[in-house]
Amino acid sequence: MKSENITKTLLLIASVIVVLISTGMVFSLINGAIPTFKEFGLSFIWSNEWNPTEGNENYGAVPFIAGTIITSMIALVICIPLSFASFLFIGEYFKGTFIANTLSALVDLLAGIPSIIYGLWGFYVLRPFIVELGLSPQGFGIFTAGLILAIMIIPYATSISKEIITMVPNELKEAAYSLGATQFEVIFRVVIPNAKSGIVAGFILAFGRALGETMAVTMLIGNANVVPDGLFSTGNTMASVIANQFGEADGLKLSSLIAIGLLLFVITGLINGLGKFIIKKLS
Amino acid sequence: MIKNILVSLAILVAVTACQNGAKSTANDNKKVTLTAAGATFPMPYYNLVFKKYTKSQGTLLTYGGIGSGGGIRSLKDKVVDFGASDAFLTDDKIAEFSAPVVHIPTCLGAVVVAYNLPGVDQIKLTNGLLEGIFMGDITKWNDAKIKELNQEVNLPDLDITVVFRSDGSGTTFIFSDFMSKISQKWADAVGLGKSLNWPVGIGAKGNPGVAGTINQTTGAIGYIGSEYALAQKISTALLQNAAGNYIEPTIESISAAAKGEIPADTRVMLTNSDAADAYPISGFTWILLYKDQAYDGRSYAQAEATVTFLDWLISAEAQAEAPKVNYAPLPTKAVTAAKEILKNVTYEGKAILK
Repeated sequence: MKSENITKTLLLIASVIVVLISTGMVFSLINGAIPTFKEFGLSFIWSNEWNPTEGNENYGAVPFIAGTIITSMIALVICIPLSFASFLFIGEYFKGTFIANTLSALVDLLAGIPSIIYGLWGFYVLRPFIVELGLSPQGFGIFTAGLILAIMIIPYATSISKEIITMVPNELKEAAYSLGATQFEVIFRVVIPNAKSGIVAGFILAFGRALGETMAVTMLIGNANVVPDGLFSTGNTMASVIANQFGEADGLKLSSLIAIGLLLFVITGLINGLGKFIIKKLS
Repeated sequence: MIKNILVSLAILVAVTACQNGAKSTANDNKKVTLTAAGATFPMPYYNLVFKKYTKSQGTLLTYGGIGSGGGIRSLKDKVVDFGASDAFLTDDKIAEFSAPVVHIPTCLGAVVVAYNLPGVDQIKLTNGLLEGIFMGDITKWNDAKIKELNQEVNLPDLDITVVFRSDGSGTTFIFSDFMSKISQKWADAVGLGKSLNWPVGIGAKGNPGVAGTINQTTGAIGYIGSEYALAQKISTALLQNAAGNYIEPTIESISAAAKGEIPADTRVMLTNSDAADAYPISGFTWILLYKDQAYDGRSYAQAEATVTFLDWLISAEAQAEAPKVNYAPLPTKAVTAAKEILKNVTYEGKAILK
């Protein structure tokens, strides 16, 4: 066989495996979630009671969907201005300087830190700080979790956006400068409009990471299975409740956890789809 | 050059692989390997005695601390020789198995109530106070009801932060079993289970998580497995037992909880024990195995090794190891009951233990 054919076959096998794995995952999630949807119907998705006590078992996904979306939104809201500032700093204003390179390396380093370390730092440093500020008596809750998520996703959004804006053709920028544009005008009239789909993609990827983040969130959110009633109230997220509870779960509870997994899969898929749609619209 | 190195590396790998293969088959013929999985609560004890047994008898033992639920599932799927659980199986749950399952108690543990109050050495709590605190009715440490009972200590004006286990856990099960016995309000509103619908508080993962959160949060109170709390010398509240005495959790007071009558199948919750010196939130931890060991093509040697090991596990030699890792040994009555159950474990209908 020619080497070209071997490569082709290998590539085909690899891509078939990817397809098989993802359909297999969806299939087993659906399969595991069936008992829950049989018992509660679709109301599982909008019921907000989570009672695992035997005899009174009643499961609803709302506390976790709410916790996931709210913490990720907090993270995104904090992340956008900060990472906007840092990628402009690194990729445009101080491009190529020592300080920008150092900052860029640090941002990449942040992206590589395992989430458990963020969790530990959040638990021992950030949480007591929130208590010190008097924002909450014990420091656990939606806001603290959102804050740690923001710190975790900033490097993602920043390093992707930085790569994108450095790819904007110099000719364009030079043309704008030669027409008398200021640096501010070049950035907001030329660079960002050219790079916007990439920047949006970076933020969507960051948001996706926040949705699925488990360890650091579970250490800070308080793990109370209720719909949060304020910024500093405790709550729980979809990924965190699964990680916490699956070990001792069986029967209907296990099925409900799998159903939450399925919902998380669907939500992540929707966000990704939305992202692709936005990118297409923008470019 | 590089090619040569690669070739010699490949040969080396192949040779080592062959040697390993040869070695392990030789071992398999001589030694039986027992696989078990389940509760994490008794894991330090199991690790200790399993190692000891392997050293003296040669039987290889592996234990996966995957949680009681996981242990029960593994036994149901017949992928382990025996499972381990902190909660006994109800009749309904046993009926889900393809064959009868028996329970062997292996040691006792307890759940302690730990707190973080700077400058307070020891507090006493009645059942009523436990209900009030964990139901969220008492929210301040200087509440008149707590003060009245603890007049010798200076209770601060602090919010009470309840800390509970966020993961499903046998520790939560024993705690909620006790709470359901002492408080009708708890039984109606919260109930019994490995994870609960908590009225107030913060969830933390595992004993270390709860202990760490209490340690880091002034005014926190929570419950922790005794094996962890005693090992870490965490300060614990004195609780009121059924006889009305305030008891500190110790190996002796935990063991005392099993002094009373024990049913023949040992499936009993020992919380709120009648014994005068018993710590009220104590309980057995069990090993589960199929009553007839001839299933799924298991050999007689495998079945015999399983039962012989469990027989050793309840013997005085193994039980003496329990206090070393902060578990309470089985009282004589419980050992007798467990022995009787083991004698009735069969292989194709014939008893294995002689």
